[in-house]
Amino acid sequence: MRHLPRLARALPLGPAVVLLLLFLAGPIAYCVSIAFTDLQLTGQAHSSFVGLANFRRAFRDEAFLNAVWLTVVFTVLSSLVGQNTLGLALAALMQRASKPVRTLTGGIVVTAWVLPEVVAGFLLYAFFRREGTLNAILDWLHLPRQNWLFTLPVLAVSFANVWRGTAFSMLVYSAALDEIPAEITEAAEVDGAGGWRRLWHITLPMIRRSIGTNLMLNTLQTLSVFGLIWVMTRGGPGDRSQTLPLFMYEQAFQNSMIGYGTAVALLLLLVGALFSFVHLRLLRTEV
Amino acid sequence: MPRTRASRRLAADVSLLAAAAAFALPLAWVLLSAVDPHAGLRVRVPDGLTLDNFDAVLTPEITYTPLLNSLVLCGGATALTVVCAALAAYPLSRFRSRLNRPFLLTILFATSLPITAIMVPVYALFVRVNLIDTLQGTILFFAASQLPFAIWLTKNFMDGVPRELEEAAWTDGASPLQSLVRIVLPLMGPGLAVVTVFSFVMMWGNFFVPFMLLLTPDRMPASVSINDFFGNRGMVAYGQLAAFSVIYSTPVILLYVLVSRRLGGGFALGGAVKG
Repeated sequence: MRHLPRLARALPLGPAVVLLLLFLAGPIAYCVSIAFTDLQLTGQAHSSFVGLANFRRAFRDEAFLNAVWLTVVFTVLSSLVGQNTLGLALAALMQRASKPVRTLTGGIVVTAWVLPEVVAGFLLYAFFRREGTLNAILDWLHLPRQNWLFTLPVLAVSFANVWRGTAFSMLVYSAALDEIPAEITEAAEVDGAGGWRRLWHITLPMIRRSIGTNLMLNTLQTLSVFGLIWVMTRGGPGDRSQTLPLFMYEQAFQNSMIGYGTAVALLLLLVGALFSFVHLRLLRTEV
Repeated sequence: MPRTRASRRLAADVSLLAAAAAFALPLAWVLLSAVDPHAGLRVRVPDGLTLDNFDAVLTPEITYTPLLNSLVLCGGATALTVVCAALAAYPLSRFRSRLNRPFLLTILFATSLPITAIMVPVYALFVRVNLIDTLQGTILFFAASQLPFAIWLTKNFMDGVPRELEEAAWTDGASPLQSLVRIVLPLMGPGLAVVTVFSFVMMWGNFFVPFMLLLTPDRMPASVSINDFFGNRGMVAYGQLAAFSVIYSTPVILLYVLVSRRLGGGFALGGAVKG
């Protein structure tokens, strides 16, 4: 087949390329073009070029800055701290645990991950509600109860994202830890290195690439969480759990400012692209 | 005295079981509430078993139509994704070209772009080209959004099929399309199953895309219609919500089990992530 003309060889790429250009590259280009207009939900004909006005407006808009801050809190809490650390801890424990316990825990954690996003949202809504399971447990322990979705909505949705997303980190780290040769950890043990020192000096350096990849992918996933927060709090109360995706949605549809909403979307896309690029670089050094 | 291996294992088991219990609480709520005649918001042992909740939701309006919509939407988009990915992966895996590397890097870059971010412009674009509130428009967008990862996975699986097998077919005069369909694809059956199931599961659970691109209630898939339990049906019937959640979630959990059994625990996703 080596004598096949170059064009004929590339032919099977056709459908995929057309689909990607029309429905992925197209919207991204369109996103760039309308982010600089005052396009509204009604009256398509009236939109006009406004330059950087949408972006200038965003950085003066307290609701936008609030959304940026909440997105940072949500990402750091749920992705960097929660999913990543808990995923690593579970994977490390699984290396030592007995097989039935490993299978059971793995099964439950992965089920939380496979469940549809909206269902996960409802389960954790029920868990955190005033009449919900968490307060029932707190009562039983004689601890003060809280109306979690009202007093600490960001914490509640962050925990929800940890519940839902930890399985991914756990699977990534389990695979990485499996690849560390047993002789190395055993040798360190013989030399008298304690658990924490082994973790810090041996395990973590050996899986650092998995850590990098995992952090990037977790962060990208967390940046685009919409359904989970929408179901649990609708971004509220007020705007106290309104991360960027929810803010963007509200501006575009509740306030009918597609142009402004798209400018915010473009910023989110740029941040995502940056992380995606770093992820790519990490993969490249690995190969 | 150093801790023995057995006591260390016990400590690990106990910690894992504690974590498992915490993760299981919300899952226990949905399972118990679904069969509880007086379900509320907290986990509790039902005061009697009932299938009334299932009976109540198993109507065309609440369950069958949304599930059928989900099936058409996700099935159609998955089929499109897998066919396009298999075709695209073939030249990328089999022929050397200067363009392969940049193409693959672009694809890999696109796999992790936050699709959520482009939904507002996609909505505006779909209004303009009259694709808004159409099944075909949503299917095409779903397929495009899943395609980068599908191409990447398929290409990696295809690389695992040795070339020699095809070369025999080539000398017999088979075209690339014939050797792809008759030789390569059958040999990478498990790989294709992973790509298919993964795409389908991602779309089945996706809320934002149909929420933005479809408007008519009759066309909504289960991921969007489930919100009606809160909106226009008055008092929230938690038992029914739980029963519907169970019905809606079961297919993806079964599919996941099916695929992970076949490929071992890691779902080959660890491998996919590492490239």
